[in-house]
Amino acid sequence: MSTITYREACRQAIRAALQADPRCFVMGEDVGRYGGCYGVTKGLLEEFGPQRIRDTPLAENGIAGAGVGAALAGLRPIVEIMTCNFSLLALDQIMNNAASLAHMSGGQFAVPLVIRMATGGGRQLAAQHSHSLEGWYAHIPGLKVLVPATVEDARHMLAAALADPNPVLIFEHIVLYNAEGELDEAVSAVDIEHAKVRRSGTDISLVTYGNSLPKCLAAADELATAGIQAEVIDLRVLRPLDSATVIASVRRTHRCLIVDEGWRSGSISAEIAARVADEALYELDAPLRRVCSAEVPVPYAAHMEAAALPQVADIVAAARALVSPAG
Amino acid sequence: MSDKLHLDRAGLHRLYREMQRIRRFEARCVALYQAQQIRGFLHLYDGQEAVAVGVMSALDAGDAVLATYREHGHALAKGVPMDALMAEMLGKEQGCCRGRGGSMHLFDQSRRFYGGNAIVGGGLPLAVGIAMADKALRPGAVTACFFGEGAVAEGAFHESLNLAALWQLPLLFVCENNLYAMGVPLAESDAQPEVYRKGAAYRVAAAQVDGMDPVKVAAAARLAVAELRVGRGPYLLECRTYRYRAHSMFDTQAYRGKDEVDKWRQLDPIARLQDWLLANRQISAEELAGIDAGIGAEIDAAVAFAEAGTPEPLAELTRFVLMDSVVQEQTP
Repeated sequence: MSTITYREACRQAIRAALQADPRCFVMGEDVGRYGGCYGVTKGLLEEFGPQRIRDTPLAENGIAGAGVGAALAGLRPIVEIMTCNFSLLALDQIMNNAASLAHMSGGQFAVPLVIRMATGGGRQLAAQHSHSLEGWYAHIPGLKVLVPATVEDARHMLAAALADPNPVLIFEHIVLYNAEGELDEAVSAVDIEHAKVRRSGTDISLVTYGNSLPKCLAAADELATAGIQAEVIDLRVLRPLDSATVIASVRRTHRCLIVDEGWRSGSISAEIAARVADEALYELDAPLRRVCSAEVPVPYAAHMEAAALPQVADIVAAARALVSPAG
Repeated sequence: MSDKLHLDRAGLHRLYREMQRIRRFEARCVALYQAQQIRGFLHLYDGQEAVAVGVMSALDAGDAVLATYREHGHALAKGVPMDALMAEMLGKEQGCCRGRGGSMHLFDQSRRFYGGNAIVGGGLPLAVGIAMADKALRPGAVTACFFGEGAVAEGAFHESLNLAALWQLPLLFVCENNLYAMGVPLAESDAQPEVYRKGAAYRVAAAQVDGMDPVKVAAAARLAVAELRVGRGPYLLECRTYRYRAHSMFDTQAYRGKDEVDKWRQLDPIARLQDWLLANRQISAEELAGIDAGIGAEIDAAVAFAEAGTPEPLAELTRFVLMDSVVQEQTP
């Protein structure tokens, strides 16, 4: 075991990928000299040179499309888009090409492309750098959507994504970059198919991902002091969604609270709720509930931003209301 | 016709035959559309044949090609079998994309034909990436990306020219300037309607050529490709051309007069090449009849193949949403 930051885990993952496969390269805005907008690629230009750590102009659609083309023709690009808000400029290439080419061509082409981007709020970056759009991308057939929440996933999901023949988007939460965790050196790979039970419990399932995972774990600690044993499910992968792990948990706990930093309306949390209702409605002893971000552009001021995002207290209150409605 | 490029008899016959194949293939598509055997959008290349055929004559089999939703001609000229194209038009499993793409999304992996893109400008960034990969993995290979002048107003055009120039990619940008983006004339959509001049802003070598003359297009493309093969790229080639027919099958053409269309028809690349070949004794009436009969037979066979084709089983609907392998990297 060693303690490591999430940022360092991301960097180690990229470094290992570049060492393992000469076809692999990184391109994006400020990934080279600057070291990455969030510092993830720092030092890699010096180690791998400008062909493999490729600074690009500010051209998100062009970069994403170039990634698709390079993947089609034999390379293994890792495209970095600074934040998922900027990825909207690349949405055409991500959806109309990366996600569609395999099916549209009748299976003649796979697109082995990885796009990494920062997501989420909590650092007072205001309304154009703080949103959580991974749920949108999880709407699109043909993509895989990963949301690493632990240093282990940050360290190992990239290799699995690169080994996958399909376009994979990885959403790294901006608050997690500085988070530290224990990395078990005995683990050398992770899957990108399954959700994981991060804490076992019997009274309620907290279903979450990304930076809401540490919040749910903190909420579970607090609930335990009140005698409520919460099970915490880390989705890890939003598409394809591992509903089986969620349903199995709900069958154990009979209560389900979904915590999602995305907006509530039309969100991944709504999808999970629908699946639980479809497959386990009669297992439920209480209504399905969600804690999501307020439906506003995330504001700058600290108190307003905190109010807009799911917080531990919100999760605790919602869980308590489900477990002991009268109390 | 230009005599700057030396083309032998066989080469000239090839240009004629390839243009005529495209025109007559599409004429049959129109009939099949009217018979409701082809549905959806059908964008005809009628009038523009010299561009695809001229450029393709300068390319090798190992070069990559990307085109637009008006790409029947590019697919044929790149060597995609007519059988598979016609079956695709009819939505059959034997089509080049199993009937999933239709007219606007023709692909042929084995011939490096990367579509068929129905987002205006959508193919240009892809071409940048393919050229990047080729520069690293297939030295000497060239990517040709066709797009209309409408795409020039898209950000993707500017981003792609800049990226290709920064990275000195072996990428031939071919603008098929047919003067209208659907119904909007170029002068109303672009402050600088001389498309090739936009190359200078990105330090991309550029030329403008008469896109109604296959020999001139071939000559210009050959010059450009020679530069690209030795690492001096990218290159922007503007081909001035014209589509005789509607944008798609539903278009009243209120944006232009019949006189204008008739004027351009006088410049028809196929008729003019045929006249020139006959006048200069480069082809005999018998040879011409032989070529035309061969094309007719090829089209009849393609239609028969397509009509005999079968629909893809419904159980396959979700197949290839996700792939099990990087199929294009597996040797057959």
